[in-house]
Amino acid sequence: MRLKRRSALALAAALVVPLAAACGSAEEPDSLAGTTITYWASNQGTSLEHDASVLQPELDKFKERTGITVNLEVIGWDNLLNRILAAATSGQGPDVLNIGNTWSASLQATGAFLPFDDATLAAVGGKDRFLEGSLSATGAPGQPPVGVPLYSMAYVLYYNKKLFAEAGLDAPPTTWDELVEYGKKLTTGDQWGLVVEGANISENSHHAFTFAQQHGGDFFDAQGKPQFDADANVAGIKRYLDFMAVHKIVNPSAAEYANNQSLSDFASGKAAMLLWQAADTALQQYGMNPDDYGVAPVPFEVPTPAGGRRVNSMVAGINITVFAETKHKEAALELVKFLTSDEEQIILNKAYASLPTVHGAYRDPAFQTDTVKIFQDVLANTAAPLPAVPEEAQFETLVGTAIKDLFADIASGKTVTEADIKAKLAAANAQVTPSS
Amino acid sequence: MTTTTAPITPVAQADPGAPVGSRRRRNRAARRALTPYAFLLPALVMELLVHLVPMAVGVWISFHNLTQFFIRRWSQAPFVGLENYRVVLDWSGPTGADLLHSLFVTIIYTVCSVGLSWLFGFTAGVLLQKRFRGRNLLRTMFLTPYALPAYAAVITWSFLLQRDQGMLNHVLVDQLHLADERPFWLIGDNSLWSLIMVAVWRTWPFALLCITAGLQAIPPDLYEASAMDGAGFLRQVREVTLPMLAPVNRVLILVLVLWSFNDFSTPFVLFGGSAPRPAELISIHIYESSFITWNFGLGSAMSVLLLLFLFIVTVVYLLAVNRRRRDA
Repeated sequence: MRLKRRSALALAAALVVPLAAACGSAEEPDSLAGTTITYWASNQGTSLEHDASVLQPELDKFKERTGITVNLEVIGWDNLLNRILAAATSGQGPDVLNIGNTWSASLQATGAFLPFDDATLAAVGGKDRFLEGSLSATGAPGQPPVGVPLYSMAYVLYYNKKLFAEAGLDAPPTTWDELVEYGKKLTTGDQWGLVVEGANISENSHHAFTFAQQHGGDFFDAQGKPQFDADANVAGIKRYLDFMAVHKIVNPSAAEYANNQSLSDFASGKAAMLLWQAADTALQQYGMNPDDYGVAPVPFEVPTPAGGRRVNSMVAGINITVFAETKHKEAALELVKFLTSDEEQIILNKAYASLPTVHGAYRDPAFQTDTVKIFQDVLANTAAPLPAVPEEAQFETLVGTAIKDLFADIASGKTVTEADIKAKLAAANAQVTPSS
Repeated sequence: MTTTTAPITPVAQADPGAPVGSRRRRNRAARRALTPYAFLLPALVMELLVHLVPMAVGVWISFHNLTQFFIRRWSQAPFVGLENYRVVLDWSGPTGADLLHSLFVTIIYTVCSVGLSWLFGFTAGVLLQKRFRGRNLLRTMFLTPYALPAYAAVITWSFLLQRDQGMLNHVLVDQLHLADERPFWLIGDNSLWSLIMVAVWRTWPFALLCITAGLQAIPPDLYEASAMDGAGFLRQVREVTLPMLAPVNRVLILVLVLWSFNDFSTPFVLFGGSAPRPAELISIHIYESSFITWNFGLGSAMSVLLLLFLFIVTVVYLLAVNRRRRDA
């Protein structure tokens, strides 16, 4: 019975998709009208209220079309994972929710989320609608994904055009050596070449990943065993730490930054460069004029170290998924389909300065600017997903914390050697709980 | 209710030949004896539900390998016996060594914050004991930190303690020129002292409140008599105030120690979820061990050990102070 209804839905979806979502409501089964579902949205805007003001009008639109009422709750990032764990443990959770795409494999292992097999994917419009890069971060390879991508992001280099001009620089750096060289020219008085978010654990772990990739390092081996303290990882992380420790182009105060102080330093001109994902909305909130900064791909290590990969960003983004215990699976999938429709993708990603995860949305002129092309190019060619292993969430926390401690040591004047980094990473490695 | 009334029936049946009047009287007496327990019952049930059942579940989890693979069906997590305890108590392994480290940090934190809170509370209490103009205003002001919500108060401290924009460094470095280099307060070795400072600021008003109540119960004649005998202020504090306050202090210090040892919100809010290693209290450490590495079995084993540790500390403390009281 259920299967039949699902395939009917899939058929309906397949018929409707080419017509775009604008008229996608005529075929909804009547039984869904009057259903109420709960949606946990992650914090994408500048505040939880901002998110609610972006999403509520869209959810009202959804209700108008389908008759399904959605109770929206926006949850901050520091709470989201704990709330999800509590929901998974108790079986009492939302019907639909957002997850950080890097958690996909970890959360997939809990079995608390609906596997998006082919039939389910068809019910939300089919696999082919989504960007391949974004789909690569929806769970462990060889298993049905644990949701579909909702917002896409990548790391880029933001640079302050005015400060660059003052220092006689006319283009952003493309290699780390150039970044150091430019950074030194840009570091004068109260102004610093680069800013990092040194006490922010997930930022640290993302950079650790990219820098390690450029040095040929992997945090998990092919069997999924953690190897945090591999030499290439140490070399990559040392490169990142040395911006503060050796080259002194980063303000040591950044070692305690954990609440987006680096965005405010960049926006106020206290730092000339920033490595960040989708910072536009926030930078404008801090009063920075969009003409005053430029966006460039994150630099590479040149010459490429042995085994080094051409990766300058993780596949960053947010996925949307359905709680396995939901009593309203059809209605939940309807909402997933709605939020990933071309129309909604354009509206939402414009509001959050992120990138659509579906091909169809890129025809909108807002996503054909030079800046968006840079993001798109990174995502399509030089971004890699974080390790898709169940212990991924542990990797982010343990390695991110190790780097936070190392930044703290550097800021208080201690010398941090490769051996120190290796020891810290080895200790982090020893704390990983084996998956079975 | 049924369980509490059940024992009456056999009593009534045991003596079928008894006169109806005496039986009724006995029933009434039994009912009267049970009434207080009936009133206690709702509280007892809630106590069981809110405290003892979760504690029992925690002990159960500590014997199981409860990781992300089982959180959805946590009752099916594999039984591992004492394995979690073995890992946690292996001081040479990384997990055990970290736990030991955070235990030492917590002991330093508890001794310093309880000691200072008590000292401030006692000093202020004694100074405010005599009537003077503005005494009530001062008492109210001193109590403010205790009345503020923990989150709001501690987050304000985290702003004050920032290296570049924080007010503390502005006063110490820019205005008083006590240091050339701006020190860090939220990371590195100073972070423990920042944590103690904030904790004392939050807790000492409670000590003041209890000590003030204790001081008001000391009869003024004692001070007059000791003054006649020539005792000065310090002698009075030593010979009259402190001994008379002993019962209050006994409870106050025990409560403060237990609170400080388990303090979670102060470090969690001050350091934004991940405490720097020099200030990693045991509560934060357990939180990180269970919620961040998703190994609830290990975290529960640590919690059970913490519970046992605090239980032993409490028993030893109570035995020690009670013996001293009997000896005195």
